Amino acid sequence: MLKAQKGYEPKRRYLREKIALFFVRSSGIFTMAVMAFILIYIVGHGISAISFSFLTEFPKDNMTAGGIFPAILGTLILALGALLTAIPLGFGAAIYLAEYARPGPLVSAIRLGVANLAGVPSVVFGLFGLALFVTEFGFGRSILSGSLTLGLLILPTVTAAAEEALRQTPQSFREAALALGASRWQAIRQVVLPAALPGMLTGAILALGRAAGETAPIIFTASAAYTLAMPDSVFREVMALSTHILNLATNGTHIEETRPQQFGSALVLLILVLGLSLVAIIIRAKLKRGRKW
Amino acid sequence: MTEKMAKPKGVLLVPKLSPTEQSVKAFFLICAISALGQMFIIMIFLFSEAFGLFVSTPDSQGVSLAEFFFSLDWYPTYPVPSYGSGALVAGSLAVTIVSIIMAAPLGIAMAIYLAQIAGKFGREWLKPMVELLASIPSVVLGFVGMVTIAPFMQSVLDLPTGLNVLNASIFLAIMATPTIASLGEDALSAVPQEIQDASYALGATHWETIWKVILPSSLSGLSTAVILGLGRALGETIVVLMIAGGSAQIPISLFDSVRPLTSTLAAEMGETAIGSQHYHALFALGALLFIMTLAFNLLAFFLGRHWQKNSV
Repeated sequence: MLKAQKGYEPKRRYLREKIALFFVRSSGIFTMAVMAFILIYIVGHGISAISFSFLTEFPKDNMTAGGIFPAILGTLILALGALLTAIPLGFGAAIYLAEYARPGPLVSAIRLGVANLAGVPSVVFGLFGLALFVTEFGFGRSILSGSLTLGLLILPTVTAAAEEALRQTPQSFREAALALGASRWQAIRQVVLPAALPGMLTGAILALGRAAGETAPIIFTASAAYTLAMPDSVFREVMALSTHILNLATNGTHIEETRPQQFGSALVLLILVLGLSLVAIIIRAKLKRGRKW
Repeated sequence: MTEKMAKPKGVLLVPKLSPTEQSVKAFFLICAISALGQMFIIMIFLFSEAFGLFVSTPDSQGVSLAEFFFSLDWYPTYPVPSYGSGALVAGSLAVTIVSIIMAAPLGIAMAIYLAQIAGKFGREWLKPMVELLASIPSVVLGFVGMVTIAPFMQSVLDLPTGLNVLNASIFLAIMATPTIASLGEDALSAVPQEIQDASYALGATHWETIWKVILPSSLSGLSTAVILGLGRALGETIVVLMIAGGSAQIPISLFDSVRPLTSTLAAEMGETAIGSQHYHALFALGALLFIMTLAFNLLAFFLGRHWQKNSV
């Protein structure tokens, strides 16, 4: 008669199986619940603050009334500026890594650099932006300094996503182009890039969302607590949603009175950032399904 | 391509690149190298500004390295200021460690769920959900912590403040979990199907296969995931600025208020004059933070490479 090893009696194995898999399953449910709680909480408290005037007016009466239009505008400007900074460099680096690079010490070093850059804390980017763009280059606290700082921050994300998209373009596309007599660059420009571009841009949209949600890098490089007018040049400082929430919730004497403004701003920021991510995720799923190769 | 075909000089027939081709290639190479250059420029700026703290100037005496690293006193605005980073490092480590104790098991469990258990439906919904969770702005998470958990803790546990290690760690864990889950899933999915099948063939149950075969063989990938999660928690600024409390002290309990490195930077950089000793001290903290996260990243990078090399 066979006897089970101690601790492996069939009953115990069965029980262990059930308990372990129960915990693994509940982890998924738990995460969904956390996500749902945060969304419902912010939407529930923020929705009453949102109105047409909240989205289109300047703040009034020590921020306790009025709208957050300049903060919305500032966030959009900074995020787009960041994207304009990151796309040329990031796409360029990705094309080199995916199309030209051969494995070797240089490529390893570049990959190491990109990987590490992705892990540098965002507040350190803020310090760097302060030292280089604000002080050394003399741009001051401005749209320009903030966009450049955020651009460097999202550069690794843009690069990695673009390289991934290029690598998913089949090798046979390149070979076919080269066989027809195209040069390397002609093959990349006319065959590989058109095929990979949607994927590359999806990564850029994700990065745009990330740039819009960041706070720490723009506290010292771009953001103003309050502006009276529209920015008329890239050397102006701007309000931003993220720093607006931070300021209202932590500084000043009107923390309780501005709660509705805080919830409203948090909701607008959340919609903006999650909306961008969602768009990117949906496009990516569509691309994956519609791909013919 | 050149107009006339080059005459074969040797056995190899490698057409010379045209000037356009060469300059295009050079341009992309410069883009790629700039990522590396950026890393160096960040380091140069951080360290040169940090250096100012340790040299004496006419109106202030330089701080000794021993004081900076080992003193627990961070009083930058006192008449006789003191710039010890000890309590701030302790604060950073406290929230990071507590958050990873929560995030690592949860993240790995989710990775197992996604890679092994979830059906098509679960995967299609949970994966984007994880990504969305990862993209919630930190200021929103910090804000939620301020207005929900903080008053809750304060009233239920009768504490002077709800802004403490535990509260900050909970929200750092929410930020680190998606990182661990999605990188962990990649590691688990890379385990070859054959060895899983072999385990089932020997009579192992699903969980026994996960626990004794899949987890051990993806250990280095999972550690990479956890280390990157750690790095994310360590470098996160706004959540700890809003809900870790802000007192520069060594935490004794989970309900003590702390002031991690990152929140010190965010809170004080705006108030200090550029070029002052306090300014240089903050850059020194930034450099310290940079070195700590760099160490984590390098570890994760090399573990990850090791894992790629050894996977079948």
